[in-house]
Amino acid sequence: MARAESREESGVPVQGNNNDRVRPFVIVGGRTRARYHLLVETLVSAVASESGTGGLSPEAAAVYEAARGRPSIAELSSQVGLPLGVVRVLLGDLAADELVIIHPTSSSLRNDLETLRRVRDGLRRLRV
Amino acid sequence: MDFVDSASESLALSAKIVVAGGFGVGKTTFVNSLSEVAPINTEAWMTEAGSGTDPVYPDSSKVTTTVAMDFGRITLHPDFLLYLFGTPGQARFWFMWDDLSRGALGAVVLVDTRRIEQSFAAINYFEHDSDLPFVVAVNKFDGRLEHDLDEVRQALALSPQIPLLTCDARERASTVDTLDALAEHAMGFARV
Repeated sequence: MARAESREESGVPVQGNNNDRVRPFVIVGGRTRARYHLLVETLVSAVASESGTGGLSPEAAAVYEAARGRPSIAELSSQVGLPLGVVRVLLGDLAADELVIIHPTSSSLRNDLETLRRVRDGLRRLRV
Repeated sequence: MDFVDSASESLALSAKIVVAGGFGVGKTTFVNSLSEVAPINTEAWMTEAGSGTDPVYPDSSKVTTTVAMDFGRITLHPDFLLYLFGTPGQARFWFMWDDLSRGALGAVVLVDTRRIEQSFAAINYFEHDSDLPFVVAVNKFDGRLEHDLDEVRQALALSPQIPLLTCDARERASTVDTLDALAEHAMGFARV
């Protein structure tokens, strides 16, 4: 995003490309949610990185590795043996570095009829 | 699952329902009847008790307390996961309730009629300190209901608009019905 903006400022037309298409949720959704809205049920995914985990602290590297399974924050905290609060901060940093994707939770859709209907219908399928 | 390519990763959605009630009312049994994962070790969780809400420990960032926390996962769809979180029963972990409840679709408060007072605090919390939709489910221990529901509603001083039902926390069909009732109730508050 930063690169796109600087190109805009310099008057160079911004090309529509894959990076631009991806960045809104990686940066805006990802980074902000990571810093302020990481709920216990929030799912995270580790993003493939060419630079690897060399520059990360051991804890951050462990969180990054554990995020390969798309765990919730609660599961991830248990898996790596770190408190929820620590995991939240580390994930915030990883999201800012675009190393993890923060998935949305229903809380952003709270009281949304369609979500509740999906939950109810999903539960009813469990009965059979 | 492995690393994802950020350009192609599709987003998943997760939701949460809170299972509350006092000590020994069947929360663990309820959550385990539905969960597709073994209960997780939650020992690490409480070390984050840094909010200073627990006066027993002046420097609460150093608290390392093990607390039993029930946790369950239900895959409603490959990209839609429903989590169940049981609230810790002990009063000194109440600060966790706000964290666990935040963003939840709703809550189930379990009641054991043999120790009804165990669930007063949870009902109070959801009636007065939270805006989550909730239902109250009387757990039929040994498949029996000792009191009829009108008596229970009176004993709990439960508002008429809060659904009160029975369930058998050991039976998946019954716990599914309870969550279904909660979803239906929550839909009454939903934006169209």
